[in-house]
Amino acid sequence: MSFVEYGDTIKDGDTAIVFLGHESMFPVKVQHGTVTQTKYGVIRHSTDLIGKKYGSKVTCSKGGWVFILHPTPELWTMNLPHRTQILYSTDISIITMMLELKPGSIVCESGTGSGSLSHALIRTVAPTGHLYTVEFHQQRADKAREEFREHGVEHLVTVTNQDVCKNGFGVSNIADAVFLDIPSPWEAIGHAKSALKPEGGRICSFSPCIEQVQRTCLAMEEFGFTEINTLEILLRVYNVRTISLQIPDLGEAAEDNSSTGFDSSNPSNQGSPCANLQQGTVQFKSGVPLREMVGHTGYLTFATKS
Amino acid sequence: RKIIFEKQWFYLDNAIGHIYGTTFEVTSGGNLQPKQEVEETTTETKEAGTDNRNIVDDGKSQKLTHDDIKALKDKGIKGQEIVQQLIENSTTFRDKTEFAQDKYIKKKKKKYEAVITIVKPSTRILSTMYYAREPGKINHLRYDTLAQMLTLGNIRAGNKMIVMETCAGLVLGAVMERMGGYGSIIQMYPGGGPVRTATSCFGFPKLFFDNLHEFPLSKVDSLLSGTFSTETLPSEPEDNVLLEEESNGLTDEKQTSLQEAEEESAAEAAMEISQTEEQETMDINAEDVEFKENKEKENKENVREKQRKQWERRKKLIETAALLREKNADGLIVASKFHPTPLLLSLLEFVAPSRPFVVYCQYKEPLLECYTKLRERGGVINLKLSETWLRNYQVLPDRSHPKLTMSGGGGYLLSGTTVVLDKGKSDSSSLEALKMEEPSSKRCKVQDLHC
Repeated sequence: MSFVEYGDTIKDGDTAIVFLGHESMFPVKVQHGTVTQTKYGVIRHSTDLIGKKYGSKVTCSKGGWVFILHPTPELWTMNLPHRTQILYSTDISIITMMLELKPGSIVCESGTGSGSLSHALIRTVAPTGHLYTVEFHQQRADKAREEFREHGVEHLVTVTNQDVCKNGFGVSNIADAVFLDIPSPWEAIGHAKSALKPEGGRICSFSPCIEQVQRTCLAMEEFGFTEINTLEILLRVYNVRTISLQIPDLGEAAEDNSSTGFDSSNPSNQGSPCANLQQGTVQFKSGVPLREMVGHTGYLTFATKS
Repeated sequence: RKIIFEKQWFYLDNAIGHIYGTTFEVTSGGNLQPKQEVEETTTETKEAGTDNRNIVDDGKSQKLTHDDIKALKDKGIKGQEIVQQLIENSTTFRDKTEFAQDKYIKKKKKKYEAVITIVKPSTRILSTMYYAREPGKINHLRYDTLAQMLTLGNIRAGNKMIVMETCAGLVLGAVMERMGGYGSIIQMYPGGGPVRTATSCFGFPKLFFDNLHEFPLSKVDSLLSGTFSTETLPSEPEDNVLLEEESNGLTDEKQTSLQEAEEESAAEAAMEISQTEEQETMDINAEDVEFKENKEKENKENVREKQRKQWERRKKLIETAALLREKNADGLIVASKFHPTPLLLSLLEFVAPSRPFVVYCQYKEPLLECYTKLRERGGVINLKLSETWLRNYQVLPDRSHPKLTMSGGGGYLLSGTTVVLDKGKSDSSSLEALKMEEPSSKRCKVQDLHC
């Protein structure tokens, strides 16, 4: 396995994702002789995991079972140990597209944080691109380096431990894109500009507050960035449910019951085999929004250097 | 070659040799003239009102008549000067607030100062453009939704992807960009051949097409049941195939000429997006002339040549079938006008376990059904039905606010991960599996399957 290449079978040293069911999963480092406890019982790595195919069902000691999944940046984002607030896949996807990233792109990022975006960036720019990521927090920088090594992507990323606002990205004139997720991005716009290639490139800044966006936009304009555009993306997830609604009793005469024919014809119109008519109810399928959803992560400000 | 765009026509010749992102002005002769930093000091009238209590809309605030303006334009006066004239002849301009003055100038500039920027094609530009200009051609797939698909599908170099789309080749192009020529893509197509109008706008190097395969959707069932074989293909339906492919070739030709027309309009469309901001060029002009000539020559050439081409096509088809038959694809992307359920149930057979798949649909209901059917089938986990909303902001000092909400219209996604399918298990055990997967609180889902 590697985060930048699919493998078929689980090997010693891999990072795998244990899927327990319904959004409940966790990452596991596969090692000979190690065991992992789950609510369905114990998983023995040597016998239960190593040599098995990714995507297979693994039976645990209590008879319950789990699926073992190949790691992807998206699964990692859902399961990584948080050291900071992280960016989720919804924001990551629009960032990747709007920064026009592809294999071979050189990207600068700050801060590294928990490495959620970093993994996605590395995935996209591999095998010929590179990520230069700057983290001013020593411990986080070290931890990120360790993770990149474990995940088999260290050749695609350089972690620098310095303050991006003061010292920049440590590279100049080589980047196709710059991403900023720091408290005061406007202080780093100048450094971002010098990191970008002379022929131009794209920049993105992520900020939770509109005041930060305001100052960032002004700084971008001052440094001659064009196509400045701020947007926000929200994810709505739907649960698929079969809903049954009761037919109200309007107290009609007994013989009229047969004429409520619209009820019985309705389900067939739905084309869904599950929507059959029960006593006094109508069933249908619906995508029900979650009761609570993420209403705001941050504003994304994009611009072009040309 | 003359290009018409936003009621302007011009030649692209002068644009050659400039770097992408260069801004041009259109002159009277249809030539482009590079334009750099514009001095933002057009109006030094720092006189402004505070509110609009005394501004009356009597329709007489502009002292220049329609004919005056036309005369100015005909004289070939620079747009910038026309704007200046308009401002000077507006009686209310001075009474307007500073912000309103700003807005007035911007509006007039947009109208009179034809500025065009030529930019490099990318998924960002093309998907934004298609959504704004030709949403019907791409099944209303909004660009943020496309971005989600690429991420959820874990599209990257080295993958072996299956793509089924009827989005003019935009989705295919987006996938190709993310794969950078590494790995392979199998495009499943309905009808006579794959549509790649948008794909050609990307300007991919030839190399990217080396590992791009196509396979007709109508042969999927026979491939799955095993009746599609290398022996039956050349012998049994040979005549049919010959005829079919011949006509295919013709339709291909027609299609490409149609595509050219489309491309042109697409190019125009792109530029229409924002006359003052960014535009699009595609260097297809020379190519399609060549292409046509080639085609004509071919037509004149003897049947043998044709047969050779058909044989090659068949060989490619057999190769693609072999690739599919390995059933180890690294992902599946579906974005079409067809009902997604049958597509997914069949095409997932070709995907290896522990790989992501993403289905796009403009409507939610077919995906609800698809969700249920996939659960019944098994072999998938982590199913998620989702939609994204996109909100653009105007950010200006003291004037920041959301621009427009784009809810709905962007379509829906159903995504998930494949797992090894239990073979010897009966229905009841797959129900059990469901129970396992769902915590007890979600029991209603299991009930769905019972009825």
